Amino acid sequence: MEEHRHSLYQQVILEHNRSPQNFWVMNDCTHRSEGLNPICGDHIWVYLDANDNKIHRLSFTGEGCAICKASASIMTCHLQGKSITAAKSAAKDFHALAQGNVSDSDDRKRFGKLIVFATIHRYPARVKCATLAWHTLLGALSNAGTVSTENTE
Amino acid sequence: MATTTDAIAKVRQEFPFLRRKVHGGLPLTYFDNAAMTPVPSIVQQRLASYYQSDTANIHRGLYYVSVEATRQYEDARKRVQKFINAKHCDEIIFMPGTTIALNLLAQAISAQFAATSNNDSEKTEIILTTMEHHSNIVPWQLQTNLCIKYLPMLANGELDLDALPQLISSKTKLISLVHASNSIGTINPLPEILQLCKAHGLITIVDAAQSVGHMPVDVQTLDCDYLVFSSHKIYAPTGVGVLYGKQDMLKQLPVVSGGGGSIKQVDLDKTSFLPPPAKFEAGTPNISGVLGLDSALEFLMNNDLPQLWQHEQDLLSYATAALQEIDGVRIIGTARQKVSILSFVIAGIHPHDIGTLLDFEGIAVRASHHCTHPTMKHFKVPATVRAAFSFFNTTAEVDLLVKAVSKAIHTFR
Repeated sequence: MEEHRHSLYQQVILEHNRSPQNFWVMNDCTHRSEGLNPICGDHIWVYLDANDNKIHRLSFTGEGCAICKASASIMTCHLQGKSITAAKSAAKDFHALAQGNVSDSDDRKRFGKLIVFATIHRYPARVKCATLAWHTLLGALSNAGTVSTENTE
Repeated sequence: MATTTDAIAKVRQEFPFLRRKVHGGLPLTYFDNAAMTPVPSIVQQRLASYYQSDTANIHRGLYYVSVEATRQYEDARKRVQKFINAKHCDEIIFMPGTTIALNLLAQAISAQFAATSNNDSEKTEIILTTMEHHSNIVPWQLQTNLCIKYLPMLANGELDLDALPQLISSKTKLISLVHASNSIGTINPLPEILQLCKAHGLITIVDAAQSVGHMPVDVQTLDCDYLVFSSHKIYAPTGVGVLYGKQDMLKQLPVVSGGGGSIKQVDLDKTSFLPPPAKFEAGTPNISGVLGLDSALEFLMNNDLPQLWQHEQDLLSYATAALQEIDGVRIIGTARQKVSILSFVIAGIHPHDIGTLLDFEGIAVRASHHCTHPTMKHFKVPATVRAAFSFFNTTAEVDLLVKAVSKAIHTFR
């Protein structure tokens, strides 16, 4: 199963898991949200310093599996300096990518390093690990407080 | 007597599931037996035979096939009685599973407490332990007239028995606890615990979901009031569980789920109920599942169980020693007495990543909190990787696990 091993645990993912980028608590953030994946126990916080439709800084902290941490780390790199509108649109794109709804003929360049998650849909049990950071980002932008990958009462 | 190796090789032949391949050709190494055990051929044949030729609803059927189905269903009750050494077969109630059985007990017993309480504002105290499965915590939390006290665990995952006497007050009426932990394997010293609780007049409930099928469970020796377990963890189909209750306890226990099959007489304004077990078996039960359980128990009782159980203990010791050798592995739960459940974590690698990497090698383990959040909190881990061995597993399979764990660590290095 070496093919699976290499498709899910690509070097980029292992590196971001080992040394996550933008992994710190932003005390002076303008937006933040807590993200929970009750099935796995992944638990992260996403922080933003954003105004006038621009994300100046983005960071995250928390605990989770390699897929969850690498996804959050790559997301923070990808969105640094982008507009809030662009971030929301990227979140929509990422969900499509993680669900396997982006075809080979689509423009895949827009995903940058996020493209390492293009095969995650083959591992249904791990899709939510990859999307948690993005759920949490959207939660922060809408001031949702805590978001969860599962609906709770 | 056959050597253990021969006996294991023979018993493995009875499980067609163990011959399946995964990921397009890898042999399956199945270590998720604490969640679900595969069924032997005899159980598959029993299900097929019920739906092929014995298909009929039980009780009150006056025709040949229904009478035959009823006889088989009631014979299953006698087999369960024999397997756990209950005094009467009327003490065996078929349920959809352990969780439903515990919910029934929580609802019925808290209703009993409410009916006998002469002070509405004072809550009745009950004792649970911090190593319970969520199924033995949540049903009790849902009862608003109860105050739950928890017996804590020690660092190694054994219960802190010294703390028990202080938990019991004049308001304490019940203890419900697990026989063997599903997440860390600890076998609790029930005789000691139950004796003390009974001396204080407590109702005693045992969750035996992880012990029945892996060690002798004798309800008369344990002398507990109630004991529950599930069929899908003892080589039988899903959707069946057993609630054992002492005859005099079941007689007094109120009905919380009524309907057809449980009644003596229904008038428009009132109902009288049949005696147990019918009183608690309203509605058409999972007949095929119960017959499957009957065959699974027949299968178990036809084997040399002490030999098979010793093999499970040997696998546990062998795997524990081998995993401990690997740098970075931490065994979660090191109680002196354990069922064949081995939980571990690896420094720097999340359990879910280990679970996925082991799956790539064809190894089925569970990486989860195992529905025991308080136990995970006690050990300060979000989840563990759990290998739960059955008597059909081999040391060669444990070697595969150990090799795959080393490989996973290498991938993440």
